[in-house]
Amino acid sequence: MLTKRIIPCLDIKDGRCVKGVQFENIRDAGDPVELAKWYSQQGADELVFLDITATNEGRKTFAELVRNIARHIDIPFTVGGGIGEVADVEVLLQNGADKVSINSSAIKNPQLVEELAKHFGSQCVTVAIDTKYTEATGWKVYTRAGTIETEHSTIDWARKVVELGAGEILLTSMNNDGTKAGFALDITADVAQAVTVPVIASGGAGTMQHFADAFQVANADAALAASLFHFRELEIPNLKQYLKTQGVDVRI
Amino acid sequence: MNLVIVDYKAGNVQSVQFALERLGVQATLSADAETIKAADKVIFPGVGQAASAMAQLKARNLDKLLPTLEQPFFGVCLGMQLLCQHSEEGDTELLNIIPLSVKHFETELKVPHMGWNQLENLQSPLFEGLQEQEYAYYVHSYYVPLSEFTIAQTSYPEPFSAALNYKNFYAAQFHPEKSGAAGSQILKNFLAL
Repeated sequence: MLTKRIIPCLDIKDGRCVKGVQFENIRDAGDPVELAKWYSQQGADELVFLDITATNEGRKTFAELVRNIARHIDIPFTVGGGIGEVADVEVLLQNGADKVSINSSAIKNPQLVEELAKHFGSQCVTVAIDTKYTEATGWKVYTRAGTIETEHSTIDWARKVVELGAGEILLTSMNNDGTKAGFALDITADVAQAVTVPVIASGGAGTMQHFADAFQVANADAALAASLFHFRELEIPNLKQYLKTQGVDVRI
Repeated sequence: MNLVIVDYKAGNVQSVQFALERLGVQATLSADAETIKAADKVIFPGVGQAASAMAQLKARNLDKLLPTLEQPFFGVCLGMQLLCQHSEEGDTELLNIIPLSVKHFETELKVPHMGWNQLENLQSPLFEGLQEQEYAYYVHSYYVPLSEFTIAQTSYPEPFSAALNYKNFYAAQFHPEKSGAAGSQILKNFLAL
C-alpha cells in the first residue's frame, strides 16, 4: 500500500537553517545536514529545503549544501527557492536533489513548468502554490512569498500547472499558515480532487488530528510542517503511530 | 571491486554514487565502452523520459554495448524500464534485453506513483536480509507488469514488477539509493552477487 508522506520543511539562509531549531542530540542546530539526518532517523518520509537567501553568493552555498545533504541522507528531498530557469534546476539535480519546487517563477513564466518537465521529467517538478481565501475573491493564488495576489483561481492554476507537466502540487494556505488551527481542508480537498498528481497539504498543522484530517478528509497525499516539528511540539514517531491507529497507511 | 555507474546524462548518478559511498564503495562514473566492459559490476540509473534517455544512450553507442555485458548489472528506475523491449512512454523502442513491455498506469489513483510502498514476494539474493512488506521509495508513471522475470512486486493498486532479474541483469523500479536502510541493504546485496 502506498503510504501517506510526512514532510518536515527547513528554511535555509546562507547554507544554515533559520528559525532556531532546537534538538538535544544535535551538535549544531543550524546545520541542515545534521537536522536532515535526524529527521530521516525519526521516520520523515521526505524533506523539503527552501532557500530564502537573496544573494548570488548564497545561491552557490545552497548548491553546495544540496550536494552535502545528498551525500549524507538516504531519503528523497525537494529543494526550492530562487529557481528561475532550466539551468538552475540542472545544478540542483546534478548535486543530488530529487525534486525541485517552483512557485513565483511558474506564475511569471508558466512555460518554465513545461520546459522542466521536458528536460528532467514530471517526477521531479513540484509546483508550490500559495493560496489565500477572501470572501470577495474566493481562493486565489498569491506570488512573491504571498505578497501579491494574482488573477489565478487556485483550482484553475493547479489544473494548468499539471497540464504543463507538474508532477506534484505543494499547496500552502496562507490563511492557515502559522495558526496551528489545522490545514485548509476545503481547498486541499478541492485541489486533490481536481488534479491527477499527488498533493502536499501545507500550512496550519497544530495537532496529530490535523494530519489525520488532511489525509482522510481532504485526501492529501502528503502533509508538510515546519516549526511544529522543529520545536518538537510534535514528534514524527508519535504522529505516525497515531495516524496508524486512525487507519491512515504510514511507513513505520 | 571495479564498480562503474553508467553516466549518460539521464540519471541521478550523483545520488547513486553517494549511496555507494555510504557503503564504503567508490564507484567510477563513465560512458566509455572500454571502462564499462572492464567493470566487475555495472549500475545503470535513470530518471526522466524514456525516449530522451534512449537518445542519450544511442548518442554514446551504449545501446549496442549494454545488451552484450555479462557482469552483474543493476538497472534502477528508468534504468530498469530501459532494459525492456518497448515503452508506452513516447512509443519508444528500448534496449530489448528483457522481453517485456512498459505500460502507463491507468488508474483512479494519483500518477506518478510517488512515495513509499511495500515490496512483496521477494525472490532473489538481491533481497537477502529483507522482510516481506519492506518499504521502498518510488516515483514513476510507467511500470512493468508481472512476468516470469519478476523477483519482487508492489501493488498500485494492481501488482506490478518492483524488481526484475534476467541472466546477469538485475533491475529495480524503486530507488534503492533513496530507500533508507532497506535500500542500502539491497545495494549491498547487489555488490555481493
